[in-house]
Amino acid sequence: MRALSRRKFLKGSGALIVGFSAAGLTARFVTIPGEAVAQGINGPGSNQLDSWIAIGADGNVTAYTGKCELGHGLYTAQTQLIAEELSVPFERVKLIQCDTAFTPDQGTTSGAQSHPTNFNQSNLALAGATAREALLARASTRLGVPVDQLGVKDGVISVKADPAKKVSYGELIGARTFSMTLNPNAKRKPASEWTVLGKPIPRVEIPGIATGQFEYVHNVRVPGMLHGRVVRPPSVGATLVTVDESSVQGMPGVVKIVVKKNFVGVVAEKPWQAIQAANKLKVVWTPGSGLPNQRTFHEYLRNQKPTRDTFSVNSKDVDEKLASAARVVKATYHYPYQMHASFGTACAVADVQADKATIYSATQAVHPLKSTAAMVLGFKPESVRVIFKMGSGCYGVNGADTVSYDAALMSQAVGKPVRVQLARKDEMAWENYGVAFVIDQRAGLNADGTIVTWDYEAWTPTLGGRPGGNAPGNVVTGFLAGFEPQAFAARTPAPDPTNFGNGNNAVPSYVTGCVNGRCGGTGRVASQRVMTHDVKSPFFTGPLRSPARLQNTFAHESFMDEIAASLKADPVDFRLRHLSDPRLIEVVKSAAKTANWDARPSPRSGIRRTGIASGRGMSCVLYEGDNGYCAMVAEVEVDQSTGKVSVKRLVLANDCGPISNPDGLRNQLEGGALHGVSRTLLEEVTWDDQKVTSIDWRTYHPLYLGPDVPKVETVLINQPSEKAMGSGETAVTVVAAAIANAIFDATGARLRQVPFTPERVKAALDARA
Amino acid sequence: MSIFNLKVNGRAHTVDVDPATPLLYVLSDDLELRGPKFGCGLGQCGSCAVIIKGEAVRSCVTPVSAVGASEITTLEGLGTLEKPHAIQKAFIDEQAMQCGFCVNGVVMTAKAFLDRKPKATETEILQAMSGVLCRCNTHVRMMRAIKRYQEVKS
Repeated sequence: MRALSRRKFLKGSGALIVGFSAAGLTARFVTIPGEAVAQGINGPGSNQLDSWIAIGADGNVTAYTGKCELGHGLYTAQTQLIAEELSVPFERVKLIQCDTAFTPDQGTTSGAQSHPTNFNQSNLALAGATAREALLARASTRLGVPVDQLGVKDGVISVKADPAKKVSYGELIGARTFSMTLNPNAKRKPASEWTVLGKPIPRVEIPGIATGQFEYVHNVRVPGMLHGRVVRPPSVGATLVTVDESSVQGMPGVVKIVVKKNFVGVVAEKPWQAIQAANKLKVVWTPGSGLPNQRTFHEYLRNQKPTRDTFSVNSKDVDEKLASAARVVKATYHYPYQMHASFGTACAVADVQADKATIYSATQAVHPLKSTAAMVLGFKPESVRVIFKMGSGCYGVNGADTVSYDAALMSQAVGKPVRVQLARKDEMAWENYGVAFVIDQRAGLNADGTIVTWDYEAWTPTLGGRPGGNAPGNVVTGFLAGFEPQAFAARTPAPDPTNFGNGNNAVPSYVTGCVNGRCGGTGRVASQRVMTHDVKSPFFTGPLRSPARLQNTFAHESFMDEIAASLKADPVDFRLRHLSDPRLIEVVKSAAKTANWDARPSPRSGIRRTGIASGRGMSCVLYEGDNGYCAMVAEVEVDQSTGKVSVKRLVLANDCGPISNPDGLRNQLEGGALHGVSRTLLEEVTWDDQKVTSIDWRTYHPLYLGPDVPKVETVLINQPSEKAMGSGETAVTVVAAAIANAIFDATGARLRQVPFTPERVKAALDARA
Repeated sequence: MSIFNLKVNGRAHTVDVDPATPLLYVLSDDLELRGPKFGCGLGQCGSCAVIIKGEAVRSCVTPVSAVGASEITTLEGLGTLEKPHAIQKAFIDEQAMQCGFCVNGVVMTAKAFLDRKPKATETEILQAMSGVLCRCNTHVRMMRAIKRYQEVKS
């Protein structure tokens, strides 16, 4: 596994080969119009089979993917996919991932999108199916037997009635190109015939990681490589006045002070020398622009102008229905900024020469980074190559892109390769945070306790985000180097929605989601209004595992519980009465059953107001409106004297269509569930009037290993004939409400602001009637 | 700059570095070892742990000058790809990681603790691991792997 050398294994497999000249690449990576999936993050891919699959003379298969391994098991699962579609053993497939010189432009990996993008009737899966059919057609000609009388095993096609008549993939195509486009109608192998896909094949990286052999981007070492250290501004909005280079003159190993507009970095021969010099460098900055008071920040969001207003649904009868309802329930929910806070700080190695650059990066988006790094360097994109190397888990747009610019800028300035790994405080103070939210909800109920209208209005801040292909200023280094973040596009009033989409899960699960006569929701409530106001953020923001979906689901699923409680209805039963989607109903029932759900209203009866109280709560979601079903039961204990919440057990049921690797799926769900516990109970970005103050693990609080970790039980619902969906972000989405609802069940106290710190829980307990 | 003679994973190395340099930088940059990693540089996460005199030591806050002649064991000093150490095998068998960046800290901390206290109770193990972080939150599998190692050991 050490220095997993691409050249070596290409040579070994005998595959690859042709068409990789620069001119050839452009022609090969032709876009397929309309093929990019929702969110525009999936890139154009390629309609050329040779861009995805090559077969060597020895019959070994090399596959190329633009969706990278982020620790979510995708590398292994994609290898399984190709082995399955081509009927070759897993060991005979080599997967090349995310290298702009070799792999199709699949945009951003985006964990939860990576599975649906490459495991349905498009992209990598379609390439596998197309290749298999092409090989069968060639074999049919060669053997003089119709395709339906042929069978395939281990890369050998034989006549079913006369197995001695056979031909291998190597003989059919070895080391030559297919020279054909993907066939949109190529038939995937049905799940009932799978022998590799759908099996719990162990992840290929794990032995190397466990034994300290695996090469992360942090371990890339290039001959002549120097080390860079960034010097970030001391406060938000500060700009550079002067850098006193003489302050570090004569310090050992210092090579150069690099300044570009507001970007400052120090390059030295060794990392410790760069750190010492960066600490000592005298830099004068202007005062910061000042930050809004954190204690009143949610009110600040409500009052920010301008706004960008979006209706996700609007049946235009909500006010009327609220006015005529037998009862109206309302509540407001608050969510903080949170961080990706990757375990290892971001790192990149850049080798920028006069006319070309190579960047080793843990970015989720090699092709977009190629474009934006070129902008930062003043190069043409074709002069930049980005090679993905796995980093520390990112959970969204962490520091991987920004540090790639850091390394590129410093390497360009010194004309030698430079490695940069950020300091913890430099990553935490300046990353693109997961967004804060304030959410108001109202529900109108009729006399028999049915919801007749649901009203939602939210405010959430935004600045920057993924750099995409043209906005390096969306992350801090690009911004400091002189690029603006993507402009805030104000819009008031909101236009009427034209079609239903629930990519941000702004629409609750219990409404019909009808727009222009088409209903895409999962529930039964026909009267509905969902309005989101984006406002400008003082901090950079960006996708953090279940971006906006988690915050919205916390609000919806807590509110659903509040409505049920107001009617003294069992929270599971009340949900089921308002749901219409059978798969969402199934995960709710399945989680409840596995958890031995005790059907009764919340809060439980006979609560004592002192001591330890225990309770259970339910929450569910169809992630992104179409990308994975999940329901969770949380069981908690609340120490009513301290306000400390202990989550004891999480039971979740998940349906993401056909399961590609059950153990990998379970791993994602378990990790997502505990990530949710961490974010629900502990995590919150903090700041003073000038700067972020949560800059290490003592000021930003994560869930450590140890006694506070609950049991996690996962129920996997396999749907072999359905579409492949994502599963990396389903579990994390439902945790906060499940815990809030369990706390309410245990104590009668309602938590409406994340994180549920002991102080907040104590205050809610003290406020009980 | 000063000369230090270090004994790492049974091999002798000589480095010429600033005595204040944290041991981590010497291991990962001068010796190009991949086990110990920079996570926080503050001794708050466990990423950089190595075993010295049977203790899991956080090498990011340990100056190289403080190590002396003591033998340093890193993750790659436990076992190999072909022949992983029992605790490494337990993590492989349980698939107890996602990105795996924290695995060094988890494995080295657990090993040092269980080697000192093989019959530790579950509560004691949880306590011993409570200063170690995993941001992919693979805690459940990691605890299973640690217990598997404890069983194999006894």
